[in-house]
Amino acid sequence: MSRAESPQERSTATPVLSVRDLAISLPSGSDRSHAVEHISFDVQAGEIVCLLGESGSGKSVIAFSIMGLLPGNVHVSGGDLVLNGTALNGATGIDAARLRAKRGTEMAMIFQEPMTALNPVMSCGEQLDELLAQHTSLPANARRAKVIAMFEAVKLPEPERIYASYPHQLSGGQRQRIMIAMALILEPKLLIADEPTTALDVTTQAEVLSLIKALQRERGTAVLFITHDMGVVAEIADRVVVLEQGKQVETGDTQTVLSAPREPYTQMLIASVPPIEPPVRASEFAGPPALRVESLCKTYLSGGWFQKRRETRAANLVSFDVRPGETVGIVGESGSGKSTVARCITRLIDPTKGTISLGEQALHLGSADELKLARKRIQIVFQDPYRSLDPRQRVGEAIIEGPLNFGVSRDAAMRRAKELMSLVRLSPEVLSRYPSEFSGGQRQRISIARALALDPEVLICDEAVSALDVSVQAQVLTLLEEIQARLKLAIVFITHDLRVAAQICDRVLVMSRGHVVEQGLTRDVFLSPQHEYTQALLASAPGRHFKFARNSA
Amino acid sequence: MSPNVRRVLKNGAVRFGSTVLIVLTVIALLAPWLGTTDPAWLDAVNMNQKPGVTVDWTGPDNQTAPRTLLMGTDSFGRDIYSRVLYGARVSLLVGVIVSVVALAIGTLFGLLAGYFRRVDAVLMRFMDGLMSIPAILLAIALVAALGASLTTVIVAIAIPEIPRVTRLVRSLVLSIREEPYIEAAISVGTPVWKILLKHVLPNSIAPMVVQGTYVCASAILIEAILSFLGLGLPSEIPTWGNIMAEARVVFSSAPYNMWFPGIFLTLTVLAVNLLGDGLRDTLDPKFNKRGAQR
Repeated sequence: MSRAESPQERSTATPVLSVRDLAISLPSGSDRSHAVEHISFDVQAGEIVCLLGESGSGKSVIAFSIMGLLPGNVHVSGGDLVLNGTALNGATGIDAARLRAKRGTEMAMIFQEPMTALNPVMSCGEQLDELLAQHTSLPANARRAKVIAMFEAVKLPEPERIYASYPHQLSGGQRQRIMIAMALILEPKLLIADEPTTALDVTTQAEVLSLIKALQRERGTAVLFITHDMGVVAEIADRVVVLEQGKQVETGDTQTVLSAPREPYTQMLIASVPPIEPPVRASEFAGPPALRVESLCKTYLSGGWFQKRRETRAANLVSFDVRPGETVGIVGESGSGKSTVARCITRLIDPTKGTISLGEQALHLGSADELKLARKRIQIVFQDPYRSLDPRQRVGEAIIEGPLNFGVSRDAAMRRAKELMSLVRLSPEVLSRYPSEFSGGQRQRISIARALALDPEVLICDEAVSALDVSVQAQVLTLLEEIQARLKLAIVFITHDLRVAAQICDRVLVMSRGHVVEQGLTRDVFLSPQHEYTQALLASAPGRHFKFARNSA
Repeated sequence: MSPNVRRVLKNGAVRFGSTVLIVLTVIALLAPWLGTTDPAWLDAVNMNQKPGVTVDWTGPDNQTAPRTLLMGTDSFGRDIYSRVLYGARVSLLVGVIVSVVALAIGTLFGLLAGYFRRVDAVLMRFMDGLMSIPAILLAIALVAALGASLTTVIVAIAIPEIPRVTRLVRSLVLSIREEPYIEAAISVGTPVWKILLKHVLPNSIAPMVVQGTYVCASAILIEAILSFLGLGLPSEIPTWGNIMAEARVVFSSAPYNMWFPGIFLTLTVLAVNLLGDGLRDTLDPKFNKRGAQR
């Protein structure tokens, strides 16, 4: 096995999981014949191995094949999967039933989205109790004690209360802890974690990662950890397997792979991770601000006839301005109000109080006609590239929709659309195609072209690169900076990703629970954060201490 | 041909349903040339003949000639074969017109209710009221008030279907209006009517087509029920429902009088429903995915 890792100090112990020359075939008519091919790696007891790859690399398919959860038309077509000396693949009939029993006791899996993996109509405690009842012969009170102890082990507050709670009553981080408790309560030899922290906020992510690491050390569990996030790999992995398009590219110690990658693909991947230290930027922007936001408030009233009215302040007294050519970042976790601010500025929702002015024009008041004219000057790029383009509308039609609304002739608008396509580095021929024919990164370029078609002065990017793979993300960010330099755009960049904010923003606002807790030059905020929330946020960024390999160029 | 259309045409249920419906439509359109006679003509000499017998038949032109009665005659001496074939016209016409009318009005209401909150509150309460009226009872009332005619029957059947379509379209609009591409359209200054026509409507077409087939099937059934109860069209215009109603009287001696219209009715409703199921399976991405994993 040429791809197997170096034999040093592992030659004697039998690995908990051994994957040899694994191939998984896809149904005919897919974009490739195999989801993965020639995959070989081992996971030893007490070790965390990361499967690292971008979307489409086949990392989740490997996890599903180990758990035996592959969908019917996808199957293991070659190679061996060995768990504790027992072959997992090729089993039929009675063997398959025996394998099912193994899944709870010898291996367990935690998923990305805990809300959908937990049963919503059963209390959290009962869901763990059910597992114990099925796989052990413990009496009811012993089971309950064990569940409570497990809840304590995953550091859930008030285990007794959590036992009786339903999943929707808990926070995302707590739900993920329940999932971890559920996976570990039968003390499996192998834990498979499929992007378990991707849906969590960065501070919660840090807590969950350190929890997984602590429990794994304590119990000697072997962990197969699937992620696309280089920072998470740096934080948690002992060894890493890099996948590209179903091929195993590189395997080795985390330290070696991340700081001295051998393969060009790994080098490219790691070079795409934005460093968390902000570069020195020319921070002088002359001229009057293109966008000025003062004391912006958005309050939601909930409750109705029979309930007490409740007020939720989504944004409270937010003030900032952006000059032409400048990028101002708004960073914060989910629920901090950053998207509310973006939507108020673009008037997709109406602010409760405060003023928004575009140059001389006040955007927060004025008639419908004035609002329509103002819309032309301020444009927005959304997060989800798969939902921000109408699936039934050709790309060209989407781009010229704005100009047509403002009386530009169809021919002129089409000519401009072709220019914009070359600006975002896409071929003008794509204008006659439908969005479904494009990848996420290409769709995001199309969204940018659509926003630019109206020649706006201000561009709002609401998590515009958050859904993209890291290599694509780097390309889109470079593109945005180029366009900004050429068109002197004022950009408001909303993101939860501190690394991205560090690289692209001249100034940042840190938001928490609707308030701006800190604002200033990006370098100042990142290098010497004043507010404790900012400090906590920066301290939670995964892999912040890690020296990633950089191209010296 | 777009890949979507190709996928739909590969579905077995769609193929079977549409083939049956095309054949029935051709039969209904070509009824005068398929060896039929005037369906209202009665030849008193040949009452209650069995299917398949050849008799001396006096036609509407008062010429007597041998004629093979494929489905026999009823108790008035009318040729059931002719009546069943002409009856297909009424059933298909009612099905198609009711679904077009219900879809058109329901879609308009649904778009308005889904997009404008104020309209929603008023319109949907009105629809709730409409839905609480039993379809057959409404039909009885309308036929009693306006007299039995094709239009009355169509109106009576279409009205209770409208709230169902409205509810479906409204729920589609409610989810589509939250999509980022709608917000994107708003922020490039697209007026509301254009958003509804260019973004919301095209994205709700597929489920609406599926709903349309179910409306069609239920309209055909309800028309048959109304005719059977004697509330539909007068018996000079043959419909499967009133052929069966007349057959009821002689059911013990001539059960086949009921069989032929019954078989046609069952086949038609089955074909329409199969077409609808097939369209749903192929057009709805949720069912699509489940199918792929099977």
